[in-house]
Amino acid sequence: MLQTPSHGVPSIDWKAQIYEVLKEFDVKHAAYVPDAGHSTAIERFAEDEAVHSVVLTTEEEGIGYLAGAWLGGDRGVLLLQSSGVGNCINTLALQVCARFPLLMVVTMRGDWAEFNQWQNPMGQVTEAALNLMGVRTWRAEKAEEVEGLLRGAATMAFEGDQACAVLLSQQLIGKKEWNKAK
Amino acid sequence: MTSALLNRRDVVAELLKDRGDLIVTTGLGSPSYDVMAAGDHDRNYYLWAAMGSAATVGLGLAMSRPQDSVLVVTGDGEMLMGMGALATIAVQAPRNLTIAVLDNGHYGETGMQRSHAGHGIELDRVAQSVNFDWTARITDMAGVQDLHARIHAKNALNFAAITIDVAEEERVLPSRDGVYIKNRVRAALGQTSF
Repeated sequence: MLQTPSHGVPSIDWKAQIYEVLKEFDVKHAAYVPDAGHSTAIERFAEDEAVHSVVLTTEEEGIGYLAGAWLGGDRGVLLLQSSGVGNCINTLALQVCARFPLLMVVTMRGDWAEFNQWQNPMGQVTEAALNLMGVRTWRAEKAEEVEGLLRGAATMAFEGDQACAVLLSQQLIGKKEWNKAK
Repeated sequence: MTSALLNRRDVVAELLKDRGDLIVTTGLGSPSYDVMAAGDHDRNYYLWAAMGSAATVGLGLAMSRPQDSVLVVTGDGEMLMGMGALATIAVQAPRNLTIAVLDNGHYGETGMQRSHAGHGIELDRVAQSVNFDWTARITDMAGVQDLHARIHAKNALNFAAITIDVAEEERVLPSRDGVYIKNRVRAALGQTSF
């Protein structure tokens, strides 16, 4: 989907593309802990009666949930922030041992223009931690990279029982506005 | 003590009697052995790790298989690790899901250390407080038989904490091959491999 901003140069609506690609891959379950970077996908899934939107109290619930949904025959996605990857680590044994397909879309913190240094420890090892637990990762830095990387990750997850994560960098998402409430 | 506490194997055997199309998922440790002891079944998904995930696997199954009843059999320790999941499950509120916690108040797999349940935390009241449709503390076989009927009724999101004795039973081990068990369940539910 293309949007034309005021200065006339078309830009890519990667947030909408995430929802559209996941729909194309017949995702029926969207499990998530909210994040601003996922807000478009979360809203679109919430309006979509063909998809179960499942808000989680902590991200590892999504690992078990999506495994159960796959046992039942359905595909799903886990939308989370990089801090939440840390919450998933032990539970990823389920995916690895039983070779469940897993598709995660991770919004990054702590990797660019991070104001809150408490986000740095987990954010800066998110990709390595996923790799250590057997999850393949791809990092999107630019809007034009999101669709292709997500399509590739979804293919490997659902067609090959792989654990796959697409990381959406802070450069892509944009700097967090800390003073917007003022 | 004169009034005998329920035996875990008796409870699980009763719950799985005439199971029909029931899909069962188990928490790691003794509940997996209990379900295996009642008879291996191609609609059983046994967990060997991912502690705290039995209930969420059950939720995923219940949401993707609305035509079938789904039963989670787990222990108090495993359920305590997934207590937040009770809120997640209650928000979805599938009417074909029952969580049965075999509650001996202890971590049996690691040497019978006392759990929070053994310190007085009532898991059925936790489930009640997050709005499960039906919750109960079960202490006798009549209660187990009542639960059996509710498991198959598909008319409510159910949670039962079943008080059992701390006796350890013989370990009856299900397959630890997660891929095999996964594909067996999927085949039983009519899905093909990729």
